[in-house]
Amino acid sequence: MPTRLLEILVLFFIFPGLAAAAPKIEHWVTEKGARAYFIETHALPMVDINLVFNAASAREPADRQGLAMLTSEMLLEGSGDLDSKAIAEGFEDRGAEVGTSSHRDMAIVSLRSLSDKQYLDPVVDLLAAVISEPSFPEKNLEREKARSLQSLDHSLQQPNTVGKRLLYESLYKGHPYANHPAGTHESLKSINRDDLVAFHRQFYVASNMVIAVVGDLNLAEAKDLVKRVSAQFNKGKAAAALPDAPAIRAGEHRIGFPSTQSHVMTAYLGIKRDDPRHLALKVGNYSLGGGGFQSRMMDEIRDKRGLSYGAYSYFLPMQQTGPFIASLSTKNEQVEEAYTVSKEVIDEYLKTGPTAKELELAKKNITGGFPLTIDSNKKLVSTLSAIGFYSLPVDYLDTYIDRVNALDHKEVTQAMQSVLGSASRVTVIVGEGQ
Amino acid sequence: MIGQSLKRVVQIFIVTLMMLSINGFAAADKSDVTEAMLDNGMKILIKQDHRAPVVVAQVWYRIGSSYEPDGITGVSHVLEHMMFKGTGKYPKGEFNRIIAENGGKDNAFTGRDYTAYFQTLEKSRLAVSMELESDRMQGILLDEDEFAKELNVVIEERRLRTEDKAESKVYEKYNEAAFPGHPYGRPVIGWMRDLEKLEVDELKKWYQRYYSPANAVLVVVGDVDPAEVIAMAKKYYGPLKSTAVESPEKHVVVNQKATKRITVKAPANVPYVIIGFHVPAVANKPENDWEPYALEVMSAILDGGSAARFSDQLVRGQQVATAVSTSYDPFARLAGHFLISGNPARDKSIGQLEKAVLEQLKMLQGKPVSETELQRVKAQVIASNVYERDSVFYQGMKLGLMETMHNDWRLSETHNDRLQAVTAEQVKYVARKYFQPENMTVAVLDPQPIPSNEKSAKTDSKISSKEQYNAN
Repeated sequence: MPTRLLEILVLFFIFPGLAAAAPKIEHWVTEKGARAYFIETHALPMVDINLVFNAASAREPADRQGLAMLTSEMLLEGSGDLDSKAIAEGFEDRGAEVGTSSHRDMAIVSLRSLSDKQYLDPVVDLLAAVISEPSFPEKNLEREKARSLQSLDHSLQQPNTVGKRLLYESLYKGHPYANHPAGTHESLKSINRDDLVAFHRQFYVASNMVIAVVGDLNLAEAKDLVKRVSAQFNKGKAAAALPDAPAIRAGEHRIGFPSTQSHVMTAYLGIKRDDPRHLALKVGNYSLGGGGFQSRMMDEIRDKRGLSYGAYSYFLPMQQTGPFIASLSTKNEQVEEAYTVSKEVIDEYLKTGPTAKELELAKKNITGGFPLTIDSNKKLVSTLSAIGFYSLPVDYLDTYIDRVNALDHKEVTQAMQSVLGSASRVTVIVGEGQ
Repeated sequence: MIGQSLKRVVQIFIVTLMMLSINGFAAADKSDVTEAMLDNGMKILIKQDHRAPVVVAQVWYRIGSSYEPDGITGVSHVLEHMMFKGTGKYPKGEFNRIIAENGGKDNAFTGRDYTAYFQTLEKSRLAVSMELESDRMQGILLDEDEFAKELNVVIEERRLRTEDKAESKVYEKYNEAAFPGHPYGRPVIGWMRDLEKLEVDELKKWYQRYYSPANAVLVVVGDVDPAEVIAMAKKYYGPLKSTAVESPEKHVVVNQKATKRITVKAPANVPYVIIGFHVPAVANKPENDWEPYALEVMSAILDGGSAARFSDQLVRGQQVATAVSTSYDPFARLAGHFLISGNPARDKSIGQLEKAVLEQLKMLQGKPVSETELQRVKAQVIASNVYERDSVFYQGMKLGLMETMHNDWRLSETHNDRLQAVTAEQVKYVARKYFQPENMTVAVLDPQPIPSNEKSAKTDSKISSKEQYNAN
């Protein structure tokens, strides 16, 4: 097929019925106050469940950093008569997969099981019992604290981890988002069982929980499942709003590290997840550093100059103002050149925004690629979790393509300028000779 | 390899981890793979999955680092990068741009035994993928200047993945020690010394030699009609001419006579050890054809979840490890290998961890694994058989791997049944046969201090305190 014919094909592709293809989301609130979200899909005999708590590192005191993560890791270590091995067997003997994780905003407990009742019912009941009433055995906590210290040291072998920690500390000085989800050496050592018990009592409660369910159940079955889970938890209270992020103290920080590459990361304060500019910024960032080879950062830094393997930028919207981060890594000798180019790319882009061609491409990619973002149960359950956690409208997926298509150059450019336009940014460079 | 997050040198390590969680198709699915062959010898495999209006197209080539001679290691992977740098018909940048404009994702990966290119698209755009992918099978430019720049990108990639990652370095040196003179002893991304002097002419030869329809497999998975896909493949790939591709040399692993030990010094905070044994893969046609499957079940007995022996006994019970895992790929093209790797707990040494691991292996040689353990592994096999169908990409990956490495995609179908048939006695048998000192290689990371640098932080010197950034 000649190039021109392909272009025509591309131009005339309309996205048939895509908006209508977005799966239907059911939403309700349980008696205990948990917010439930459900997508019914029978294509595979399996069910995915996420319990999402507003119980991550943004909720821990600055001198107890790592508390949220330790609480999350200790959830499966014991409950009632069950020890860690009995709990693990309870899931794995039935082929179920269970996991816990905790970062800055969300603490997630995920369960994947076959939908056959003989497997699903026992693992769901086990999950609800264990997560609502963990026993946090003292001995296991000592072991997990030691493991966490070792994991922390392990992660600090990587220059990008070292840099990322300093970046968040600088960006959010005095704010809970400055907490390191993995903790610090000092804070981890100071955490004790009472801390976990209190943290769990306050935050692992129904009113602070989203239950997202995707899979081979009908609505009545899903409601029954959610009710059984929710009923195990105390009602409690939703976590309070986080304080506003403080103004950035612009700066450039350099850390020496024995690596052959230097990692450069530049951050601004971005937006909250419910910011009306969210999609305009997603589209705007596509051409700056979010669109891989279609972005200016990749083009200028990798394609034109061969300076870095990766060069990219992203917004990380959270319940409070999340960051915008642009990153690259390059051999130590040429870090100043790469850093200069990346600053120029960002500054230049903020002057006029995307070109008409760039904007068109960004919108086509984001709308045309929409089906790919919801093509598996795994992606659906994580989308549902975000919709629930950030209280996005339940027709979020239905209106997505239309809202992207409605964006024009002015709106996208103004959004980018209003968020990133000020000179307040923090840069961290980690590498040998820094 | 291009792109960012999706992009990785698929080293056997990673593939093996994935292989452990995937276990053949359910019996009910046996009919939903359609197979075809074009006149030029290109194999086509189509699997229908109508859950979402999405399609993934992958083209696999039988070429990878294990085909490379010394001196040009990494050439397969650099060539993969250059596949994105323009053809006579679609100049540099057009491939990625057109896919992006169609809402697609595209990328590529290189392993020891294969190089694969893929696009994931809304289902009506499959022709776009075929137009572009068939064009670059034989039409890339390999421009000298583009090559020079891209080689620098690959060298940066090597720094990022290997030079600055202590554990990756240990893994690289481990392979060199365990597979002396064997292609699996070389890194997929290539030695730095070879990359630095690689020339574009080597890529040209490599491209002409291996990028031929007869040496390629097209895998399409998604919301498609097989007859339409075959017709489309004929249109786009049919006209390509096949050149004769010589079969690669069949390398054999030299019989090891004694335990090998190596130590790698690198900046790090936490020690690390790899303990490995030469074992057969399916391709090695072992004395008993069930041995690879028994090894795979054994791997799951040790490391198939939180109830498995390593988590239960080494991490929680004895608390000798912070993390410890196994990896084994029964479908490697040239040789199987059973790897155990881990970090010791904070107050434990590498020696203590190694001793505890070897005791675990000894237990497998003594008493047959319990029925409870075996049943748990089998329950996980049945479940993962369903779970893996949640990803169209992964379903394609399995078909592509089996067909590329063994000319037999059906291996992925029988896999599940073979695992279900494994007995406790068979697990004990392979443990006794292969976990022998003369068959073992051990590589240890000797962490070198990461010095603190207090001159940092021009605006706030308190931020990078020593405690915060340098553990030791």
